[in-house]
Amino acid sequence: MAVSAVRKFTKEHEWITVDGTTGTIGITYHAQDKLGEMVFVELPEVGEELSKGDACGCVESVKEVRDLYAPVSGECVEVNLALQEEPTLVNSSPYDDGWIIKMKLSNPEELDDMMDEEAYQAYLKANSMDA
Amino acid sequence: MTLTTVFRASMRLPRLRSIPERATTVYARSFSSEAELKKTPLYEFHKEHGGKMVDFAGWSMPVQYKDGISASHLHTRANASIFDVSHMVQSRIHGRDGVKFIESLTVGDVAGLQENQGTLTLFTNDRGGIMDDLIVSKTSEGFLYVVTNAGCAEKDIAHMQSQCKEFQAQGHDAAVEVIQDQFGLLALQGPSAAAALQAGVEADLSRITFMCSAVLTVFGVPGCRVTRCGYTGEDGFEVSIPAAQVAQVADSLLGVQAADVKLAGLGPRDSLRLEAGLCLYGNDIDEDTTPVEATLLWTVAKRRRAESNFPGAGIILQQIKDKPSRKRVGITSKGPPARAGTTILSEDGTSIGVVTSGCPSPSLKKNVAMGYVQTVFAKAGTPLKLEVRGKQVPAQVSKMPFVPANYYYGK
Repeated sequence: MAVSAVRKFTKEHEWITVDGTTGTIGITYHAQDKLGEMVFVELPEVGEELSKGDACGCVESVKEVRDLYAPVSGECVEVNLALQEEPTLVNSSPYDDGWIIKMKLSNPEELDDMMDEEAYQAYLKANSMDA
Repeated sequence: MTLTTVFRASMRLPRLRSIPERATTVYARSFSSEAELKKTPLYEFHKEHGGKMVDFAGWSMPVQYKDGISASHLHTRANASIFDVSHMVQSRIHGRDGVKFIESLTVGDVAGLQENQGTLTLFTNDRGGIMDDLIVSKTSEGFLYVVTNAGCAEKDIAHMQSQCKEFQAQGHDAAVEVIQDQFGLLALQGPSAAAALQAGVEADLSRITFMCSAVLTVFGVPGCRVTRCGYTGEDGFEVSIPAAQVAQVADSLLGVQAADVKLAGLGPRDSLRLEAGLCLYGNDIDEDTTPVEATLLWTVAKRRRAESNFPGAGIILQQIKDKPSRKRVGITSKGPPARAGTTILSEDGTSIGVVTSGCPSPSLKKNVAMGYVQTVFAKAGTPLKLEVRGKQVPAQVSKMPFVPANYYYGK
């Protein structure tokens, strides 16, 4: 199995890394920074079949609630239960301990539409006027 | 009292869903550019200390500092924090008939206050609704010192001034002077607030009890009015300071050896007041809620009830007899927090009310909220459900304050 160390990003400020056919998904540093201190993370059910773009939970900070969207299609195979006790992991470690769900990708080609790190940074910059 | 709107930082992430809000609440948005916002005397000080500034009722105010909201909240409960509340409206009521004037607008027994004692009271309208909550102190200098909410500034000032004109026309002697431009206001709150402030004053603060005040020289700044009150449930003070010296006093407080004092923003101010069961005007009380429904009947003084001469007295006194159909209650829950606007359901799923404020409680590690429910469901311990994003979250009615108050009533 090829391990993709490349982190891909969506316009919804989510990220995904893929190991074989399993994708690990979370929200970006920028997203957690804008949202502020997390107080609750609503997770989907393990086993749930999701299509790309489906709402699959939400992250709630002290001041905002933001929906999570499946960045790819597939089955939700694992959720980060640690977030139920410690939602601020999303703030302290958005790319590691603060991951949110794992999905079995049914259509890995969907990854091709996503941004790499450099493109995401450019996207943030381009959108900073209304961010 | 005090906070008038719930802060909301400028957030424009795509498909962002904001916390449900009530139409009456003026959430701070990025409507105004930074330049259009009013600035308190501590504006530069906040920025130098890492304050994250947001639009709050037309003022640029710190919502938090680097510590984060929960840490700052817990620091206030354990030590002491400074909150800049200079956006609140400070006024003086002068004149021989000043007490009679303020009593004509409020439900409080101001005549019965001791010199330099204050009280929380309410401006009511003719329908018995609450126009604002405010603190009135009867000073030994002969005037009344009044602090009202920032979010009601225009309305309150117009109300006081127009009513004062009529009052004067009836041959009475009273005048309203707004002193907000001359004085900033700092709230120092927490169990070590007294130790921190004592380091900067000669007077013995143990002689100033809850809701009492004195004019003192504070860290070398003369003419500061120190009132032992606040909006956190903790012991503490609100210090009215000549505008040019507010930063000097704040800086001195941060540097005292006697206590660990930190700056705190509007974020922890909101969660602290909610844990203390204190109302946020515009959320928990407004012109359509009466003191009876809001369970603020204790503010309607005995003498004033007997005289029945405050705005809306007929309706309010009748409601005391009849019992109101709805009441403000405290609510606790686990899981996703219920925010303002959340529907409250009875156990069988019938809608019985609505949440007016809610947040996770940093002190209790569960969610706290307040809201209005049909009176039959208002008893502490009553099981409820909260409808959060389409799911029903179990909850129950709780006594308030959620966290015991720690006011100073003397040794």
